[in-house]
Amino acid sequence: MKITMAHGSGGKATSDLISTIFARYFDNPVLAKMEDAAVVPGAARLAMTTDSFVVTPLFFAGADIGKLAVCGTVNDLAMSGATPKYLTCGFILEEGADSGDIEKIAASMADTARECGVLIVAGDTKVIEGKGGIYINTAGVGFLPDDLPAVSSASCSKGDVILLSGTLGDHHAAILSARMSITNTIRSDCAPLHGMVAALLAKNIRIKAMRDVTRGGLATILHEFSVASRGCISIDEDRIPVSAQVQGLCGILGLDPLYMGNEGKMVAVVAAGDADAALAAMKSSPYGTDAAIIGSLTAGEPGTLILHTKTGGTRMMTELYGEGLPRIC
Amino acid sequence: MIDYRAYLKEYDGPPVRIMEICGTHTAAISHNGIPSLLSPKIQLISGPGCPVCVTVTEYIDRLIELSLTKDTVVATFGDMIRVTGSRQSLQDVKADGAQVRMVYSPLDMLRLAQEEPSKTFVFAAVGFETTIAVYAALLDEAIRQNIRNIRLLTSLKTMPRVIDWVCTMQGGIDGFLAPGHVSVITGSDMYEPLAKKHGVPFAVAGFEGEQLLMALYALVRTIERGEGRVMNLYPSVVSAKGNETAQHMISKYFTVCDAAWRGMGVVPDSGMVLRREFEGYDAGSQFLYSDHSHHPKCRCAKVITGAEKPNDCALFGTLCTPETPQGACMVSTEGSCFSYFVNRRKA
Repeated sequence: MKITMAHGSGGKATSDLISTIFARYFDNPVLAKMEDAAVVPGAARLAMTTDSFVVTPLFFAGADIGKLAVCGTVNDLAMSGATPKYLTCGFILEEGADSGDIEKIAASMADTARECGVLIVAGDTKVIEGKGGIYINTAGVGFLPDDLPAVSSASCSKGDVILLSGTLGDHHAAILSARMSITNTIRSDCAPLHGMVAALLAKNIRIKAMRDVTRGGLATILHEFSVASRGCISIDEDRIPVSAQVQGLCGILGLDPLYMGNEGKMVAVVAAGDADAALAAMKSSPYGTDAAIIGSLTAGEPGTLILHTKTGGTRMMTELYGEGLPRIC
Repeated sequence: MIDYRAYLKEYDGPPVRIMEICGTHTAAISHNGIPSLLSPKIQLISGPGCPVCVTVTEYIDRLIELSLTKDTVVATFGDMIRVTGSRQSLQDVKADGAQVRMVYSPLDMLRLAQEEPSKTFVFAAVGFETTIAVYAALLDEAIRQNIRNIRLLTSLKTMPRVIDWVCTMQGGIDGFLAPGHVSVITGSDMYEPLAKKHGVPFAVAGFEGEQLLMALYALVRTIERGEGRVMNLYPSVVSAKGNETAQHMISKYFTVCDAAWRGMGVVPDSGMVLRREFEGYDAGSQFLYSDHSHHPKCRCAKVITGAEKPNDCALFGTLCTPETPQGACMVSTEGSCFSYFVNRRKA
């Protein structure tokens, strides 16, 4: 079935769409009440966030827009140290969108939400003119433990160690491959990271800073950390995991994995004494098997990020400028 | 075994200036942190090999005009979108509703043109020998599939004449790191007459860190001996004669012409245009020579030929940054100013 403007009218077609797809897949007691607002139990301190997802293609190796919409918001909550609890979900559908696709996306969202232990408690659907596109916004609420120390990149100091939870560039490379019809075995790394954060917190590791490595890539985040902490961050290209396939694609297209987007990777800064325990905690997660210690804060010039290259040189790195487009020759 | 790393780091002979011509080499040099491995007496200069950087403003203006024409879509590589013509960039007019699509390969044009047969798709065909071969392949395929709604707006450049121009008009370059990709097509023999005429060495090099270091070592040693010769240090993919099939394809569709280089003026026989029998595929590429920089103080022209360093320009790092580029050298990630800016504290 193709979506028409009638599906956004608020009438019969809208309620049919909701009952046959969204209510069916997202089913839970809060949503089932179908009230104007979800009423849920809370905590003394909450983390809230929102994110919108506009990726094309909708389905790609390793994930789809639905899984991305759940993981993206769950990961933002997790990076604050919160336990993700509730999501809302807004669909903006263009006329001509395929209901079979919407159903697949909803099923994928439901599966991912289940893995994350979050409930999708409220939703909305709008239909606009267009060419069959599907866009999703999710907002999320998480509970913060009362005793969680503040995580702030300004608190990073000399000697602290930088950990990365796995290979860089897989999501970006998977999307580009799909758009360019390049056949390879690269899969998006899209994954929820709340379990990895819980494992770090369970070991009482003092996390000074953590961030999921999404758009802008690792270099942009670490550059921000170096500026915020007025420190010098030094990382080793040799120790930064990148799969051979992603490295190969980057070579062809002139992309740099350090600036590529990921959807299931995090970077953490911890005190040197906690580094080994933190690495073990990351590796205990199914999404952290390739985790590695990649560098540290050093005595160099404040506010700088230095990459020690495989060739043995040094390279000053800045935040990402422009759009990280493939170069042309 | 020769310790070429130690040699390059400790070199204490007369100062040498080596130009890397190709934008991909510029990027690879920066990615590998090569300058940090060289003696201060070895200076690397980025040459006119970034296709976006050497495109004149009138060409950009013509692209903008086409993008605003009814039922016409301009398709381009990403970097070109941000370059300012005499007043605006494609990015500026795209926000106003101009039809601009970013593509990753010229061959994407075939699909676009078939999907929307009522529109004319114009490709912003810039580039050197490597990319010209791809445009020839695009035309070959379009003709084979009888796709008629494809046009090229060309600003195509070739290497030998512009290297000759740099040596003759500019001077002061002691050796050249010759482009790897271009040489795959042209062959390394292309540099022989230049090496003899100007008495400077050329090293054809790959893009890995070690390949770059070895090529620089070979160049410095050859410069010391005062030899003008060509060294092919990328023999796994570059041959003396090049890819003759690609050369044949290029000459089937394109012919040599004078070309305008940003800030350098018209260099005779340094470009290519579509042959007369394929003019039907051209979107008005001839005689786009006029070149008025967006900002009167922009020094891109001098920077492109290695006559000045990016930070000799009053705009560098102040008015002109990667976020607010005034000249093409700051727009392209292969541009000298961009590269210098993001690495400037070590440069």
